[in-house]
Amino acid sequence: MSKMLNLKLKIWRQDGPHSQGAFLEVDANDIPEDASFLEMLDVVNERLIDDDVEPVTFAHDCREGICGTCGVMINGQAHGPEKATATCQLHMRKFNAGDEIVIEPWKAQSFPVLKDLMVDRRAFDRIVEAGGYISAPTGTAPDANEILIPKEVADTAMDAAACIGCGACVAACPNSAAQLFTSAKLAHLNVLPQGQPERWKRTENMVETMEDFFGACTNHGECHEACPKEIPLDFIAMMNRDYMKSKTKNRSLSSQ
Amino acid sequence: MVTLDAKIPDGPIAEKWDNHKFSVKLVNPANKRRFDVIVVGTGLAGASAAASLAELGYNVKVFTYHDSPRRAHSIAAQGGVNAAKNYRNDGDSVHRLFYDTVKGGDYRSREANVHRLAQVSVDIIDQCAAQGVPFAREYGGLLANRSFGGAQVSRTFYARGQTGQQLLIGAYQALAAQIALGRVTLYNRSDVLDVVKKDGEAVGIVTRDMLTGEVSAHSGHAVVLATGGYGNVYYLSTNAMMCNVSASWRAHRKGALFANPCYTQIHPTCIPAADEFQSKLTLMSESLRNDGRIWVPRDSDEARGADQVPEDERYYYLEEKYPAFGNLVPRDVASRNAKTVVDEGRGVGPLKNGVYLDFAAAIARDGVEAVKERYGNLFDMYERITGEDPYTVPMRIYPATHYTMGGLWVDYNLMTTVPGLYALGEANFSDHGANRLGASALMQGLADGYFVLPYTIGDYLAPKLGDSAVPTDDPVFTEAVQEVDDRTRQWTAKTGGTHGVEHYHRELGKIVWEHCGMARNEAGLKTALSEIPALREEFRKNVKVLGSPDGVNTMLEKVNRVDDFMEFAELKVRDALHRRESCGGHFREESQTPEGEALRDDENFAYVGAWEWNGPDAEPTMHKEELNFETVALTQRSYK
Ligand SMILES: Cc1cc2nc3c(=O)[nH]c(=O)nc-3n(C[C@H](O)[C@H](O)[C@H](O)COP(=O)(O)OP(=O)(O)OC[C@H]3O[C@@H](n4cnc5c(N)ncnc54)[C@H](O)[C@@H]3O)c2cc1C
Ligand code: SF4
Ligand code: FES
Repeated sequence: MSKMLNLKLKIWRQDGPHSQGAFLEVDANDIPEDASFLEMLDVVNERLIDDDVEPVTFAHDCREGICGTCGVMINGQAHGPEKATATCQLHMRKFNAGDEIVIEPWKAQSFPVLKDLMVDRRAFDRIVEAGGYISAPTGTAPDANEILIPKEVADTAMDAAACIGCGACVAACPNSAAQLFTSAKLAHLNVLPQGQPERWKRTENMVETMEDFFGACTNHGECHEACPKEIPLDFIAMMNRDYMKSKTKNRSLSSQ
Repeated sequence: MVTLDAKIPDGPIAEKWDNHKFSVKLVNPANKRRFDVIVVGTGLAGASAAASLAELGYNVKVFTYHDSPRRAHSIAAQGGVNAAKNYRNDGDSVHRLFYDTVKGGDYRSREANVHRLAQVSVDIIDQCAAQGVPFAREYGGLLANRSFGGAQVSRTFYARGQTGQQLLIGAYQALAAQIALGRVTLYNRSDVLDVVKKDGEAVGIVTRDMLTGEVSAHSGHAVVLATGGYGNVYYLSTNAMMCNVSASWRAHRKGALFANPCYTQIHPTCIPAADEFQSKLTLMSESLRNDGRIWVPRDSDEARGADQVPEDERYYYLEEKYPAFGNLVPRDVASRNAKTVVDEGRGVGPLKNGVYLDFAAAIARDGVEAVKERYGNLFDMYERITGEDPYTVPMRIYPATHYTMGGLWVDYNLMTTVPGLYALGEANFSDHGANRLGASALMQGLADGYFVLPYTIGDYLAPKLGDSAVPTDDPVFTEAVQEVDDRTRQWTAKTGGTHGVEHYHRELGKIVWEHCGMARNEAGLKTALSEIPALREEFRKNVKVLGSPDGVNTMLEKVNRVDDFMEFAELKVRDALHRRESCGGHFREESQTPEGEALRDDENFAYVGAWEWNGPDAEPTMHKEELNFETVALTQRSYK
């Protein structure tokens, strides 16, 4: 059997976006160290229900670190202490018996708290809708091997496309900036040959939509530290370059 | 009286789809916008369908319980997607993919559907590449392939270990473009709790807004369910936590027949449960079986660590029993054999609930670096979850529920037995028979959504030109809304419950896993058939749901889902009981060869069992769709 931990939790509770929140202090005893962080919360919730207390709401789904639904601040760190690990993949063996663990929702103006630890990340979808796609209506595609893509390019696109849209980058950023997310979305499409025709329009629209919702980037790099997929900061530089270029390119394309 | 007409087109198998595309009715481009189509689900099947229908000009409303379409369960698929491109020049073809799928499904699927699937598979890769899906490439820039799940050709396309995520992002981006254009309206965080019919046809749905609790009606000319599979009836599975059967089940209660609910795929390589609090199981890619050797100690009292057990005291049971295929036998065979050795008491790990998957030989042969190159990500994931280093200690694995081949019965057009109601992706039953081949679910979801439904839906809609959608103040809607509202509010209105919903789900899972899991027999199934209704009754009486129905309440969402699983589980067991043969993922202990292999009974069971709901207190009726194999000859699988 796995070793058991006794922990002290401080969990943020808040009824809705416009309510006052407060910490719930609760002892979490006999937590197996092989449990995941979210399984620990499951256990706490079952015990709360036994005591007729409404369980704590937190977002989650795949529990495999791929859907990007989960994510909380654990002792002030987005997704907690383990590098390159989403909250659902964090396991209790990373904690010590007797630890106090403070659990809070993502904190960012553009991610309002919906309830307890669950926030609204719709702003991310708005950024994608602004241009995060390649227009290729179903049925129009040429044979897949007609577009040759050097392995290095495909690999870079894949590195960028690994972003799971969790929002930890925004939560970790002192300015609540969404540069890492947006640049990952852009780099995925902008490096590919299929992505070239819409590259400048896409960049301009996505960056400006991002700015409508999120704060400005001042190069702290906290986003990368918190990112469960270790999205590299280089993509932000690429986005900035593309954005500058987009301003002239879009004008000259439309005047052709 | 229900009659099952599969509407299989005439002609030779290879021409059926083309003939059919020519003979279906079309909706004129300018008229498409006069039709409202409701799509439920934004996984591969739903997102691809919604985007494609909107591109054609239909007015689409798409619903998901997720916050963003990109989070659907499809995102978790790791391995890859099949297509008969024959880019490797290794003898693949549409016919071979068709043949492999029919055979892999143990001859319990409909030939015509499978052939169409193989045909459109090639278009899927083109479509996804054009969208920017970053498939793996060779140095020359061409697409890379691998052989997957024991296939004899390399036809699997992949994007690192994240194929599902990348395909879903492709479909989601196409959908986002249509949302931005205003051709798709997205209803996120909307739980679909009923399907509404008028004059026998599907006319809309009822949803609960998961933020406000508001129950409302949505109307359309057709309703498409792409709501995924029912694997979470087992509680523990590799499915995402929110996956559920509710949309399909509610449709079933409204007259859609449910086909082959007993068919479930149990995947052999998952990480065993660590303790009783385990909430879900994690799949380790099947590719690990290419290099890992599976064994357990011969002695069930073995107390030494794996590295201390001498070679001759190790039982490499797959290699011994199946010398030709060894560790690469199909999923069902590998799973059942793991169960056998664990049931014999030879299991490994603290709970003795796993078998070893050992890479020591591969590391000795190819070196650590080579193994790291191949499986590094998977080894890291394993270590993160278990705290053990698979480079030095063998992995422990055990089978877990993974995929469900059964689902809503659909005809060749993907329409259920309710006119105007379609089912796509894992939610339907059509293409995988009794067992699904690796990398074929992604293919099927995208085939249905990109390339099948957009052609077939016009056949139903064309004659309705000029009819407006039924208004949501029609009594069929107001009554349905009232019913859903009452049903949802009953849970929080009750007082004095004993356990939370999780408890009952776990208990249900135990019954279904024990008696309707990897191996089934008459006595066990009958036990389950008596235990499930008793548990359901206790659950309905005693489940404790706190909080308000008028806001975010995840327990309330779950209680409706578990309520549906409680009914569905009974149908599943009933189906397993009636099918007194073994086929694919359905292993009846009474029907096996002397060597302990699955024994089909083609004479009596070469049909689809489609169940009709007769009300909560009546037994369901089974209807048969006989399966006619005109192209593929039936043989008994053998992996010896
Ligand atoms: C771990 C894992 C790995 C896999 N790997 C592979 C692989 O390598 N290759 C392969 O081919 N297959 C694989 N599969 C199988 C494959 O991923 C699935 O079968 C497939 O993605 C299902 O897609 P779908 O679109 O039918 O459903 P899903 O992706 O499950 O989507 C269902 C959608 O319906 C919505 N929904 C459901 N019910 C409701 C409701 N009541 N109200 C509102 N919305 C609702 C959900 O929000 C979601 O958007 C894997 C499966 C698992 C579990
Ligand atoms: S960039 Fe990283 S932290 Fe930000 S959303 Fe993507 S995966 Fe999450
Ligand atoms: S729950 Fe899916 S990433 Fe954590």
